[in-house]
Amino acid sequence: MFEFDLRVDACGLLCPMPILKTDQAMASLSGGGKVQLLATDPGIERDLPAWCEINGHTLIALVKKGRTWTAIVEKGL
Amino acid sequence: MTNPSPAIETNIRALGLLSGGLDSTLAARLLMEQGIEVACVNFHTGFCIQSHTGAIRNPKVGASPPRHDALHAAKTLGVKLHMVDISSDYVRIVTNPKHGYGKNLNPCLDCKIFMVAKAWEMAQKLGYHFIFSGEVLGQRPMSQRRDTFPVIDREAGVKGWLLRPLTALRMPETEPERRGWVDRNRLEGFSGRGRKPQMALAKKFALKDYPSPAGGCCFLTDENYTRKLRDLWAYRDNRDYSMDDILLLKAGRHIRPRPHFKLMIGRDQAENQFLSGFRKGRVVIQTVNLAGPLTLMEGDTSSPEDRLLACRIAARYSKGKDMDKVQLKVEHAGVSEIVEVSPLPAHELPDHWHV
Repeated sequence: MFEFDLRVDACGLLCPMPILKTDQAMASLSGGGKVQLLATDPGIERDLPAWCEINGHTLIALVKKGRTWTAIVEKGL
Repeated sequence: MTNPSPAIETNIRALGLLSGGLDSTLAARLLMEQGIEVACVNFHTGFCIQSHTGAIRNPKVGASPPRHDALHAAKTLGVKLHMVDISSDYVRIVTNPKHGYGKNLNPCLDCKIFMVAKAWEMAQKLGYHFIFSGEVLGQRPMSQRRDTFPVIDREAGVKGWLLRPLTALRMPETEPERRGWVDRNRLEGFSGRGRKPQMALAKKFALKDYPSPAGGCCFLTDENYTRKLRDLWAYRDNRDYSMDDILLLKAGRHIRPRPHFKLMIGRDQAENQFLSGFRKGRVVIQTVNLAGPLTLMEGDTSSPEDRLLACRIAARYSKGKDMDKVQLKVEHAGVSEIVEVSPLPAHELPDHWHV
């Protein structure tokens, strides 16, 4: 599985909180740093790619297993 | 883009309030047409409808996953979106609005003033020259009126620095227009509740994927939701609320059999799952060996009689509602027990218990 620098567990939180928490985590990283996000809100499937695109981050993985999505996001330079 | 204006030469930057609806998207697009560098801000109050409802209930077959409209509008526009959580500060707006409520518990004018002030504060901090919004004169009964626009501008401390591109021609000139950063002749003079001019402009800009204008964006304008919020306040003797409180008001069937406790009963598997995340501090009731909802009991739950009544109501909404006895698991503070109850018959559950 992918390596990461920080984990954000946003399971049980509703949109946009998983994105907001990821954004907060990103603030402490330098460009190239990676966050692993765990979320259960199905909105993440469409929102995370959009958020990454407009903020210049790279969505390395977004995988659903059961009711939980696991994503790896790399901070843009 | 055509006919670049002086904005390109001087790199004028504007920060817009973006809900993700058509108006705020068009407002941004109009300024981008003039070569202004646009970024947007979206505030999370905790009461946003679009961001939650789709995530709580079971999805309809074939339906797209829910989405955050502002994020997708920003993506369509190709602009940066600042997403800001104001839910903590927002409590005082909801509980004690200076300008009062609209039809339900919607403090629209106070809300707008608060958001405009926040956006202006951010704009100054981040180096934007002015702010803008998608407001249209006469479109909303409480906050988008000729007499309320000046109140918003004055009380948000932004007089002259908030541009409303869609309705600008009906308003006094703003600073960005006076200074030549924005060409007033290329702004609009929309007014009223009609949507045709906006839809024509959307067509011109080839904007297709925008949310329905009928949608409403805030739970505080929703009659059912505000009835539950009023109930919460009435039985707590104060108007405070936590994020858990306002989230729970969005899910499940709410029943208050006694003033001192309330039940929240999941209506489908997704709601059961959602309610399950709020077990802490509440009594949790679930059927054993039988399909049924997850029920949360909240308030003063100490009386055995009250717990028995709660179990009988929970059983009523299970597959065993017509059986003589239904087994339930009751959990509270790490202790669980199995109880057997007779489901409450429909005629013993009066309508006024439903919140």
